[in-house]
Amino acid sequence: MDRALIPEGLKRCPLPLFGLWVLILLGVIGWGVLAGGVVLLKAMNVTGLNDYFGFGAYITADLAIIALGAGAFFSGFLYYGLSRFFPAFKELGKVINLAVVVGFVCYTGALAVLLLEIGQPLRGWFGYWHANVHSMLTEVIFCISCYAIVLIIEYVPIILENRKLSEDKSLRVFGHSLHDVMAIFALTGTFLSFFHQGSLGGVAGVLFARPYVYRAGLFIWPWTFFLFIISAIASGPAFTALICRAIEKVSRKKLVDRSVYELIGKVEAVLLCIYMVLKIADTAYWAFVQSPRFGLTLGDFYWGPYGIWLLIAEIGVCGVLPALILISPAGRKSNFLLFGAFLLDIIGVSINRFAMTIPAIAAPVMPFDKWHVYIPTVYEVAPVLAMLAYCILIISLSYRYLPLFPREKELNRA
Amino acid sequence: MSEKEHAQEGHEGGVRFGMVIDLDKCTGCGACNVACQAENNISFRPDESNKLRSINWMQLFPLNNGENYPDYRQASLPRPCMHCDSPHHAPCTFVCPVNATTRDENNGIVTHIYPRCIGCRYCIVACPYHARSFNWWDPKWPGPMETMLSPEVSTRMRGVVEKCTLCSQRLLKARSKAYADGTDPDKATYTTACTDACPAKAIVFGNLRDPHSEVAKLSKDPNAFRLLEKLHTDPKVYYISTREWIKKLSDNAISQKS
Repeated sequence: MDRALIPEGLKRCPLPLFGLWVLILLGVIGWGVLAGGVVLLKAMNVTGLNDYFGFGAYITADLAIIALGAGAFFSGFLYYGLSRFFPAFKELGKVINLAVVVGFVCYTGALAVLLLEIGQPLRGWFGYWHANVHSMLTEVIFCISCYAIVLIIEYVPIILENRKLSEDKSLRVFGHSLHDVMAIFALTGTFLSFFHQGSLGGVAGVLFARPYVYRAGLFIWPWTFFLFIISAIASGPAFTALICRAIEKVSRKKLVDRSVYELIGKVEAVLLCIYMVLKIADTAYWAFVQSPRFGLTLGDFYWGPYGIWLLIAEIGVCGVLPALILISPAGRKSNFLLFGAFLLDIIGVSINRFAMTIPAIAAPVMPFDKWHVYIPTVYEVAPVLAMLAYCILIISLSYRYLPLFPREKELNRA
Repeated sequence: MSEKEHAQEGHEGGVRFGMVIDLDKCTGCGACNVACQAENNISFRPDESNKLRSINWMQLFPLNNGENYPDYRQASLPRPCMHCDSPHHAPCTFVCPVNATTRDENNGIVTHIYPRCIGCRYCIVACPYHARSFNWWDPKWPGPMETMLSPEVSTRMRGVVEKCTLCSQRLLKARSKAYADGTDPDKATYTTACTDACPAKAIVFGNLRDPHSEVAKLSKDPNAFRLLEKLHTDPKVYYISTREWIKKLSDNAISQKS
């Protein structure tokens, strides 16, 4: 029925099946929108947040999804910026469209959840009007909204490549013109992304009265600024690769050459190793030099559900282990090990975002204060799941109706 | 961010309002809390059992020495906002994305502009003293109580942060009176509601920079200490106690060594 919309020469699943899939996703999205509506109408008392946990599920989910969406800007930087110097990066052209879509959904989804996060959503624009130049959150507001605009501009030419839309000459010419200047947008996006990924790390690192997250640094930037950037680029492309693999599994088609996964594996291997060295050094300094100055030890920062398992999981299982797998050619050759390492990589970065939010503020600072535990309510879980469902929906629609993968036709010639 | 930046000394200016609370006099009666609630139109709910959602500008923390009977000892620690005097910025004013919370460098009071606050709660996360409360609900007073609200203090809407203001409405009144009387408004003095209400006279309030004021003298008492000194927040609320076990609870560096 919708064959006229599907890219020429490509096969997609029957429309009723796709319709059922979309219905399920819309159901989850509807559930989340309803929950979000309750939060907006009844105020934030319906969440699990309180005066000890000012940040919770919304912020953790936002931080994680933005880190994983970094595949868009970094792949764009490698492809549009560095491929003229390093031709090997031209391989990323086979997956760059997907990277843009993933970035688009991650950032727009995060912005939607942010609407629920602040107590006065209608005042969100005050970040522009009454900007505090010292606040990391000001930079986050500026750069994330600007980068979301860049991603929309990058997504538009992909949409205009739809078979039906490209029949219109003006739309076709407009789309091609945007493609011609895409390098400018990609490099602008790289600049913006560099700063906001960093300032999200800075949000935690500048809290000089919270020893769990406070870090010294370089000039106005705490070390977490740089660690967040490196961890984002060390996991973002891996996330894109995993999504590509998931689409391949669901559609039972080959979408990209294995060389693309191999390249992403090599890039992530180097970045993850660099990140691990810096992260371990930072953690050691924090635990054995900085914290004793505040009268605290490593043991003071881990308790109950926020135990030392977090550190072991983040740095050991989901940091050093995938780095070692990816750095070895044998590891990259095996699909199980390669994608397993990608999965551990993104889990590790998500744990890092969680640890820098919730346990960080659960840890008491005054000696007579107590640990508390944060439990999100359905009004936080539902919008987060809805955001993920929205991401999957847009990716599904893009895969079905847009020529996301330039090599798909050739790789699936029967 | 250089670690040295937050350890620098000194501000210019002759006025820095602060407090000294004598923990050996404090009985934990809560009169300071009640007076603050009444003075500042602080809202409350029918069910106040969840203390993590309760708005308390002046909060009483129970302390104990961790010993068993007969050596068990306890005390109460009233905690208003510390109005941190750390150089350039307090931990909270540094992070507010919309400049809704700023420190008035004329008097050292950390203020909050309710109609500007977007409710991001970054300041709540930044404060190690848990001095800030968020309005999780719209305030709603039982009918007749609305007539008791003070017209000098604005009520707060849902979705914004609030905290102790050192009764700045009383400062404004004192300054207006000084101006009307033809005296220097910058030398106007006042007392906070909690200071007036304390039956044990445990709270002393005034200008820490005025060497003749009682609060300045008490802040230099050998038994005076501040909470979390090592974090370089430079709080303007001092505590006094002759009991060593209480002093040890003021900072992790001291409590760990014990």
